[in-house]
Amino acid sequence: WKTKQEMADEALFLLLHNEMVSGVYKSAEQGEVENGRCITKLENMGFRVGQGLIERFTKDTARFKDELDIMKFICKDFWTTVFKKQIDNLRTNHQGIYVLQDNKFRLLTQMSAGKQYLEHASKYLAFTCGLIRGGLSNLGIKSIVTAEVSSMPACKFQVMIQKL
Amino acid sequence: SRASSAVLARDNYPLYIRSSPTENELKFHYMVHTSLDVVDEKISAMGKALVDQRELYLGLLYPTEDHKIKYGYVTNSKVKFVMVVDSSNTALRDNEIRSMFRKLHSSYTDVMCNPFYNPGDRIQSRRAFDSMVTSMMVQVC
Repeated sequence: WKTKQEMADEALFLLLHNEMVSGVYKSAEQGEVENGRCITKLENMGFRVGQGLIERFTKDTARFKDELDIMKFICKDFWTTVFKKQIDNLRTNHQGIYVLQDNKFRLLTQMSAGKQYLEHASKYLAFTCGLIRGGLSNLGIKSIVTAEVSSMPACKFQVMIQKL
Repeated sequence: SRASSAVLARDNYPLYIRSSPTENELKFHYMVHTSLDVVDEKISAMGKALVDQRELYLGLLYPTEDHKIKYGYVTNSKVKFVMVVDSSNTALRDNEIRSMFRKLHSSYTDVMCNPFYNPGDRIQSRRAFDSMVTSMMVQVC
């Protein structure tokens, strides 16, 4: 059961995100699509948004205990606030690599239920990769975040913590 | 009003410093600087917690010196707030200091949402931040 406001909020972010991807690709200069510059632009946007969001979301939370505490926060509270659901599965090798699995990623559910449009998926995941990286960065964690999809709308985000 | 506040980045450089007109600004900078060591000590995960480690508010930083009381607060993003008040201001209670820090924190998160603010830069927001600090310092009289 969703209120009109909730439905509007979800649609707003989803539609705005789609337009953002579209906008970046439409305004791409010579070679920027092929050399990955468009993906980088989207990822950087996500990064700044992630920094700001994390500041807001952790304003009233207790101090984090450790890295795992932070990753759990990203998977539960953060993911729920942004995507209205939690990450379905979190795995880690306890050596700085985390895999976040979302079986029904909100930004892909309207796109396809399988392999259709698979070749475009990375464009629609870049912003979210940046979101995670920006959020972690503002909590003092440097990382590299990548995403992979084999069948929509399920996808995996891989976080590699960079030890300084 | 005799209160001064400072906001410091994760790497301990100042994002914002505002000392009250009657305060010696250089002296305040020095106090903030020495407070940082205490702040770092209090939040370091060493098992022997000097404060409840889950709290963002750190309380009193170290014994009063020169009639100045220093309070600290660290956000989850490791941004530090330091406030120095006159010890003659006996009317100020712990929960009032806490609420001032909450206001600082709230305004800081607003600054983060300003498109003209680049994280890590000095805070130059007049409306959200500066005026909030002014009204806060007026309260502490």
